[in-house]
Amino acid sequence: MQVLYLLIETVVKCVVVFACLMLSVAYLTWLERKVLGHIQIRFGPNRCGPFGLLQPFSDGIKAFFKEDLVPGRADKAIFVISPMISIISAIALFAVIPFGNEFTIPGTNWVVKLRIADIDIGLLYIFGIASLGEFGIVLGGWSSGNKFGLTGSLRAAAQMISYEVALGISIIGVIILSQSLRLSDIIHQQAGGFWNWNIWYQPVAFVLYIICGLAEINRTPFDMPESESELACGFNIEYSSMKFALFFMAEYAHMITMGALAVTLFWGGWQAPLPQLDFIPGVVWFCGKLFVFCFFFIWQRGTFPRLRYDQIMKFGWKILFPLALINLLITALVVLLKG
Amino acid sequence: MAENFGILFQWLIFMGMAFVSIIASLMVITRKNPIHSALFMVLTLLCVAVLYVLLHSPFIAIIQVIVYAGAIVMLIVFVIMLLDLEEELRSGLKIVSSKVIGGFLAVLFLLGIFYAAVAKSPAGQTGTYTTEKMATNVKDVSEVLFTKYLLPFEIISILLVAAIIGAVILSKKRT
Repeated sequence: MQVLYLLIETVVKCVVVFACLMLSVAYLTWLERKVLGHIQIRFGPNRCGPFGLLQPFSDGIKAFFKEDLVPGRADKAIFVISPMISIISAIALFAVIPFGNEFTIPGTNWVVKLRIADIDIGLLYIFGIASLGEFGIVLGGWSSGNKFGLTGSLRAAAQMISYEVALGISIIGVIILSQSLRLSDIIHQQAGGFWNWNIWYQPVAFVLYIICGLAEINRTPFDMPESESELACGFNIEYSSMKFALFFMAEYAHMITMGALAVTLFWGGWQAPLPQLDFIPGVVWFCGKLFVFCFFFIWQRGTFPRLRYDQIMKFGWKILFPLALINLLITALVVLLKG
Repeated sequence: MAENFGILFQWLIFMGMAFVSIIASLMVITRKNPIHSALFMVLTLLCVAVLYVLLHSPFIAIIQVIVYAGAIVMLIVFVIMLLDLEEELRSGLKIVSSKVIGGFLAVLFLLGIFYAAVAKSPAGQTGTYTTEKMATNVKDVSEVLFTKYLLPFEIISILLVAAIIGAVILSKKRT
């Protein structure tokens, strides 16, 4: 019976997380257009429903009924598979993110942990699945048989490999502090108020994480793979209809995961900023902090211009990578000296 | 009842992954298009990673995914995309000597596998680090790596650094 209950619990959690993730993705596109609109002194979507709130659904219906084109020169199998790789890996990333502490179902002694999988290698899992997701973007551009697409995917491959290195090294400092790769351990180690959060102990790593994370999800200062003005949308140039929508959703889901990981690693996860505020459920705190990050990602898109490609590569290898190494060395040294 | 269910489930996963990995590795060597080969290689590596998980070694599994499937095959794909594939496909790549050498090596490898399967393998040493302890904890793996196997670890690091410096020098030569 225990196995059956566990199975039911896992399935319920999967469904709930999936539904919430998809709903957040839909409304993140709305939020992005709205915030960018106000930054650029326009209104943003305001026709579908109050404040344009039904816009994501109308976009979804539009994408669903558009004609699905496959170019003649395309490598058909890979052309179809690559958006799937993108969206599956973006959703699978959320499997290890702890979005709340545990609670007991009233009337029973069944403890529900608010995370789908609490595995020992949680952080590595995220890196592994994220690196698989890059195949979607890289192959998508290559398989469409278009030179803009190919250029976009070459840029994507080079940029993601470069920034993944700095991203990985910047996080090692946090791992040293918490002595664990398990995400729930990392959160527990930051317990007891906002002054215990890792952001105060690892400020350089936090900044590096945000910059490299933006490069990993191809957001604006680093959106070389799909820079509209030179590559005419880059890797997804030949994609239409639902396949394009899948790439789009994958990008936003990946953005949410990047924010969730930042919350987990640096902002204390689901924990309240003050111990007195512990009565508010952890999920609320988690979603609130996540919203701050998502808003920041949108805000900086409206603020910064796109970098040049050679500047991005130079910045990644000559500034971020050494900084991450120095940060790692100093962290290790301090932890060693403090015993 | 529950345990039987678990064993059956594991067996099903093992069978599925084993079949998929064998078929995918056959596809790696039979596909004409190198990108398709590289993708089937990713599939093979992923299946092997799942087999590692079944052996209670999630750390090795995820390192397999990050290093091989994520980084190395990504670099392979990156290089293949820079080449002109269609010219390669037209020329057809008919090198007899490579087939002879490759066939010889394949037979040798097959014999090696047969020998390993048939011959009596020495029993593993028993120590403080049991398989369960090693498998579930990254900390224990790294402890062994940085104490017992420190010298091989350092040698590999020096080799890798030498390789990186060599690559930098080779690519700088032309300017």
